[in-house]
Amino acid sequence: MFQKMELRLSGSGGQGVILAAIILADAAIEQGINAIQTQSYGPEARGGSSKAEVIISKDEIKFPKVTNCDILLCLTQNSYDKYIASLNKNGILVVDESVNVNMNESYKIYKLPILDTAQNKIGTHMVANIVSVGTLYALIGEDVISKDVMIRSITNRVPPVTVDKNIYAFEEGIKLIRG
Amino acid sequence: MSNNNGYKLVQGNEACVEGALAAGMRFYAGYPITPSTEIAEISAQKLPQIGGKFIQMEDELASMAAIIGGSLAGLKSMTATSGPGFSLMQENIGYAALAEIPCVIVNVQRGGPSTGMPTSPAQGDIMQAKWGTHGDHPSISLTPNSVQETYEYTIKAFNIAEKYRTPVVLLMDETVGHMREKLKIKDSSEIEVINRKKPTCEPKDYVAYRPDEDMVPQMASFGEGYRYHVTGLTHDETGFPTNNNDVSGKLVQRIVDKVEKNIDDITYYEEYRMEDAEIVIVAFGGVSRAAKSAIDDMREKNIKVGMFRPITIWPFLEKQINDVAQKAKEIYVAEMNLGQYFLEVDRVAGKKCPVKKINKINGELITPNEITYAVTGGAIND
Amino acid sequence: MTNTNCNEMTQKYYRVDRMPHIWCPGCGHGTLMNTVVRAIDKVGLNKDDVVVVSGIGCSSRAPGYMDFNTLHTTHGRALAFATGIKMANPKLHVIVIMGDGDSSAIGGNHLIHAARRNIDITTIVFNNNIYGMTGGQFSPTTPYGDFATTAPFGNIDKAFDLCSLAQGAGATYVGRGTAYHAPLMQKLIEKGLENKGFSFIEGLSLCPTYYGRKNKKGNAFKMHSYFKDNCVDIKVVEKNPEKGENKILIGEFYNSPKTEYTEGYQVIIDKFQK
Repeated sequence: MFQKMELRLSGSGGQGVILAAIILADAAIEQGINAIQTQSYGPEARGGSSKAEVIISKDEIKFPKVTNCDILLCLTQNSYDKYIASLNKNGILVVDESVNVNMNESYKIYKLPILDTAQNKIGTHMVANIVSVGTLYALIGEDVISKDVMIRSITNRVPPVTVDKNIYAFEEGIKLIRG
Repeated sequence: MSNNNGYKLVQGNEACVEGALAAGMRFYAGYPITPSTEIAEISAQKLPQIGGKFIQMEDELASMAAIIGGSLAGLKSMTATSGPGFSLMQENIGYAALAEIPCVIVNVQRGGPSTGMPTSPAQGDIMQAKWGTHGDHPSISLTPNSVQETYEYTIKAFNIAEKYRTPVVLLMDETVGHMREKLKIKDSSEIEVINRKKPTCEPKDYVAYRPDEDMVPQMASFGEGYRYHVTGLTHDETGFPTNNNDVSGKLVQRIVDKVEKNIDDITYYEEYRMEDAEIVIVAFGGVSRAAKSAIDDMREKNIKVGMFRPITIWPFLEKQINDVAQKAKEIYVAEMNLGQYFLEVDRVAGKKCPVKKINKINGELITPNEITYAVTGGAIND
Repeated sequence: MTNTNCNEMTQKYYRVDRMPHIWCPGCGHGTLMNTVVRAIDKVGLNKDDVVVVSGIGCSSRAPGYMDFNTLHTTHGRALAFATGIKMANPKLHVIVIMGDGDSSAIGGNHLIHAARRNIDITTIVFNNNIYGMTGGQFSPTTPYGDFATTAPFGNIDKAFDLCSLAQGAGATYVGRGTAYHAPLMQKLIEKGLENKGFSFIEGLSLCPTYYGRKNKKGNAFKMHSYFKDNCVDIKVVEKNPEKGENKILIGEFYNSPKTEYTEGYQVIIDKFQK
């Protein structure tokens, strides 16, 4: 039974991990469960490291930051190196295939072509964050947030002219996990 | 189908603007500064759509001056900033206090001193909010700890400013300003909105700074036919400058008293698991959320711990802290500074029980584990 | 001049119960204040719709004597307060009176930005080349080489030309008069009030108490005479440039209306208000 899940999304500035986190939190609220989204960022609008967090929970969320990371997303080597230590022993790591990962760990590892799917399948690296949302959603599960709600949340939060592309990206993200 | 029960995912800074608009804000003047900038951006977007006005001024001195001017011309006015800008606003905050001009100043605190850590949370402006401007003056600061509270207490900040004709500071921190969580926007019928008292007398009979029984004078807007004088010099009831020592002393006493003697009316706080608490954590803003988590953890280990959370940071809730100290065996003041609020808590509670500090100033929110560790000496930390 | 007679003017526009004023004998500020009042009368503004805002200094005491909505603010910030007033209620006629230090030292930033926005504020600077209220320190308009209590060995700062500064920053009406050339000063203020935009009128004043004494300029009569003998209207100089040599230019320097700020904002409201 789902009670609470803490996610940390990391990458480099401009990859849109903050928006990805907002979309997940938005969908959770729409679903009627609690969610909180925070971020930390540096002075760079592009480049540098970017980290966003989402906690979704059936109960009231008190401390707003992730303390017990259930799912960690790393789109870059830098972010992996920086945040891997924060992942739960029994947690789930989602990384882009370009990241070198220590595979001998207790947590579950999904090494996926996230950036490649965005660039070569959808046609723009800009949607890597929404491919990521698809992968994370597949791990969170349809029993927690319905797919309709997710798609509505994406539609509301991305630029109107890019909605179709982003929904495509979302679906492809789900496929990366479910095959 | 949406099950959101009317809740939306909203950022703290956005909730601040929503609250301000609900309270009747129609003029915003500000200067961009992280982590408060969204408040300016959203105000710029929303105000003209309801016939209100937004202006980006040349600096924070001008922003503070402009909202005083806007308020005098009859519009509820607000500015938002962070530490460096808050420093620049101080002179004119004192002006608003002495000239009794209602306005709201939002400070989304970031790491300091100086330019400090622009994108990181801190609570280093606690004493500045009280004593930042020179001279004795009333100080009111409210400190929300969630997105919903940011909305609610922005409304209250306007109401208090209007009721008592004084500047009110909404003291946020980066954690609360930048986080997104659920917010329920209220229907206007559910919101209490207080407006400044207007004179009803003939203009020739208007004595601009003659207080009513509640110590607050009636306020005409410029352009309404009551031609009067406003100055930052100490003044008599007519509003004109005076060097009369008796009159000057009484004026400053009155503007302080009108707030201090009505403290019950502006007292907001939360008690969490305090029923049988022997150990009390005093925390506010973002840190109070860590304290709540820590208290839950410690309660599971049968430690009798609770939290007293002042939402009204200034004036200091002396009566309530005194009550807490009567029952507590130990008080911890947890804050993202080196012990500013501690000084006040210790002043009031220190003779009754030990008061200790939990501080962090590295740009990160204090964590529940850190609070638990401090309180238990590491005894229950895993 | 068709102004009402002197006594009527006084009763109508001054807070006579606030007199006597605090200015020294011979000070030029009273004359300049009077040109402001006469211009308001001439243009025919309703007293209830006029707001007079000032900063801090000798000049800034003027609004206290004037029977309008009056606001005596903090040092240098008069234009920022005035901007808030004008934005909140564009129907008000907002006049700002500042001193030289007030407007161009501590308040210099607000001056250039108010001018840049072309917000409809008529700004009048009483320029006496000195900080009088604090006892005679040099200001940004104290001439090079002159003496002041903080320039005991002569001033090495270069002086601002306030009118050029305002014009360069975007003021749409700019002129200079003096306390001696009161009718010209009044006329410039009238035209400034009529300009829908940021108007800047410099009024050369005189401070016999500090600037005059420190620099051996003689009594107030001599200082007035100096203006009489050394100021030339720009119209004269335009025809005969040699008449402007080593003289102080006065008159209307610039008059070129552009979109006013609060009108510009109203366009946004009209377009986007729901």
